[in-house]
Amino acid sequence: MESTKRKVVIIDYQLGNLFSVKQACDTVGINAEISSLKKDILDADALILPGVGAFIEAMNNLKKLDLIDAIKDTVNNSTPIFGICLGQQLLFTESEEFGAGNGLDLIPGMIKRFPEELNGKKVKVPQIAWNKIYSSSQEWDKTPLTELQKDEFMYFIHSYYVKPTLNDCILTLTDYDGIEFCSSILDRNLFATQFHPEKSGEKGLSIYRNWAKNYNLI
Amino acid sequence: MKTVRIIPRLDIKGPNLVKGIHLEGLRVLGKPSDFAKFYYEQGADELMFMDVVASLYERNSLHDIISETAKRIFIPITVGGGLRTISDIKDVLRAGADKVCLNTAVIKNPSLIREASRMFGSSTIVVAIEAIKEGEGKYLAYTDNGREYTGVDVFDWAQKADELGAGEIVITSVDKEGTGQGYDLELVSKVNSLVSCPVIAHGGAGKPSQVVDVLQKAKADAVMISSLFHYDFIKENESTASSLEGNVEFLKQKRNFHTFEACSIQHLKHVLIDHQIECRL
Repeated sequence: MESTKRKVVIIDYQLGNLFSVKQACDTVGINAEISSLKKDILDADALILPGVGAFIEAMNNLKKLDLIDAIKDTVNNSTPIFGICLGQQLLFTESEEFGAGNGLDLIPGMIKRFPEELNGKKVKVPQIAWNKIYSSSQEWDKTPLTELQKDEFMYFIHSYYVKPTLNDCILTLTDYDGIEFCSSILDRNLFATQFHPEKSGEKGLSIYRNWAKNYNLI
Repeated sequence: MKTVRIIPRLDIKGPNLVKGIHLEGLRVLGKPSDFAKFYYEQGADELMFMDVVASLYERNSLHDIISETAKRIFIPITVGGGLRTISDIKDVLRAGADKVCLNTAVIKNPSLIREASRMFGSSTIVVAIEAIKEGEGKYLAYTDNGREYTGVDVFDWAQKADELGAGEIVITSVDKEGTGQGYDLELVSKVNSLVSCPVIAHGGAGKPSQVVDVLQKAKADAVMISSLFHYDFIKENESTASSLEGNVEFLKQKRNFHTFEACSIQHLKHVLIDHQIECRL
């Protein structure tokens, strides 16, 4: 009998650790498939855009695979998307990384690099650490973060962060050595985190589970 | 805020978790997957898997262990040992590693750091430096677990690796490694002052107060620890010596590890918090 479970496509643009994202999906019961094919993206019930690596390399690969319009059309058609780390950054307008480059531009905003120093003190870049996420104005109930306590530790590994043009989409903030940045966003059908929920233990997995529940994917 | 990371390091030879002194004289301690699961449940911030014989054979054989581990363990995994090329890196990342640790290959060909960090993101590329003290304030980098002389100055090399795009640097004191005599604070502190990326201190942890020292005095961003935690695991778990092959005499003897105060990850984290060092509990 054919499975009636709704299908989530993990977009493979030949960069990064898709294995751990797939494992997280399997663990919480999401029917996920890794694909680089346009038709799979257009047919998906939801998308996950993972990412480890360089912004420009990622956009170049998406272009080569001819996926940019497919992703934009699917998301504009209100299909849910979950961006992770670089995958969050790709949703925005443009990046400073290795010279300016354009992103998917689904949310207005810039990608910025952490400064090398702040008030005369050296800032270690990348941030590679478990760090706290906290709320700005949005409540976490009914969001994928619903099971988390305020100030939960999540795993971060990044040199760049998003600076949305409008604050409304900011779901959580995080402070890295005195620099406050947007650590996750929720805007219509777009949810994305700078941290790696699939690398943040059982609490991180709850984010996958609740995201999927919110869209009846599991 | 800034938090430090506690990273258990698992040295692997064939199917076994091993541990040596000065990175040599390996003894079999048990199955890597048992240790990995125990550390995950204890609140390890990351795990490091090092294939300690890979460099000899010029290949990394951890793929199966990694993909098995990554199915059950949802924290970052770094893999090192015998990774020579972009394609080697791609293979272990595909197997489930989040980061790769490079030493021999990048000393021979430093531009691999730039190439790999452009391709996979600098945060994926960890450069390991094995340092041996050669005189007052002078350290040279070695490869192949402290066996191969390179003549490269550790401090010059750390700076260069940072500039080429290393995401972080593991600085190992080969002199202190496996001894439990404490970290080489001078070494860690100097490397830390020269680079902009995070520095992971490795080699010498024998008791929690020494970990406090390397974090507070040498300002390391993370610590990599083997013996302290391994001996705690062995104390807490039934010996599996009978089901293992290799040099298991050490395990069977249940010797007293006199230079080590075996301690759990949780215990160590509580000690750090008591010293106002922030970390995830």
